[in-house]
Amino acid sequence: MIRILKDFSKRILATIFRRKKEIKIGFYGPPNAGKTSLANRICKDWTGEEIGVVSKIPHETRHVQFKEKVEIKHKGKTLTFKIVDTPGIATKIDYEDFIEFGMKKGDSKKRAKEATQGIIESIQWLDDMEAIVVVLDSSENPFSQVNITIIGNIAARKMPVLIVANKIDLKKADVKKFESAFPEYEVVGISAKEGINMEEFYEALFRLSKKV
Amino acid sequence: MKNLKLKELSLQVIPFSEIQNMGISERVKKILTLVLGNKIVIIHGRLRAEEEARLIEDTMALVDHIKNFKGIELAVIEPNVKDQGMLMKAKYEIAKRLVGDANALTIVGPASVIREIKRDPKKIELLLK
Repeated sequence: MIRILKDFSKRILATIFRRKKEIKIGFYGPPNAGKTSLANRICKDWTGEEIGVVSKIPHETRHVQFKEKVEIKHKGKTLTFKIVDTPGIATKIDYEDFIEFGMKKGDSKKRAKEATQGIIESIQWLDDMEAIVVVLDSSENPFSQVNITIIGNIAARKMPVLIVANKIDLKKADVKKFESAFPEYEVVGISAKEGINMEEFYEALFRLSKKV
Repeated sequence: MKNLKLKELSLQVIPFSEIQNMGISERVKKILTLVLGNKIVIIHGRLRAEEEARLIEDTMALVDHIKNFKGIELAVIEPNVKDQGMLMKAKYEIAKRLVGDANALTIVGPASVIREIKRDPKKIELLLK
């Protein structure tokens, strides 16, 4: 009887200590910075499934989408994440911009309406996150107000943050510009599309998780 | 020199004292009311991070409900204290805590009037439509 109880308590304790906490990581940034591309690459690498659709037309992601229990292994360690991909944050939405990409007027208006709601959703989800990966386009100007607003809000919530300067495969990419724009944060240059520097990214992600 | 097409430009300056004691909703409402009147608002001071987020949220709700309103352009310019000495930085931080970030300038305008606000730490360019 005692042996049975001992075995039972051992199993319970082992389960408790083996159970890994799922870290909620939000992918935030302006539209078309490559948040979904990065989330897709991570999810494809570790679960075999993608999280969402990517497009050249801005505001492709108009609802928060997530994948739970994404186990990432790096240098013998394993961490479990809930990957939360959010709609890009912008201060203006003009349906006519979508028409320029060849969309019909009705579809453009619908997309614009959904995009505005997606932005509100993104901001509201911030409070649910434990750490944030800010995905920025390294070929663009880092000093845009949206970037500063996003990072300022994360700092105000005292959440750990990692800045990803994405699209380093592009000629105009300049990671150093991002490092000097945000000196108080770790910046990793990657190309989610081409899978460049992903090892460095995972290493930074593990460092970020330690701060949670 | 190129021929400028600009016919009318309305700027409204809000002194920091005017918004200092306002709550987040009031501040955002005041700004958006002016922007909806096609004014470019220059605020002496800067909004807190959560106020900027709220401004974006409320702007998006308005884009959804008001015909022809496409959103805002927003930019903040602050004095560069990064390269200053420790004493100067400390002075700036104390002043910031006491009276808010009154040394900064915040510019908010309707996206239908402002095409882009180009910003780097030292200068700000307002590009109109």
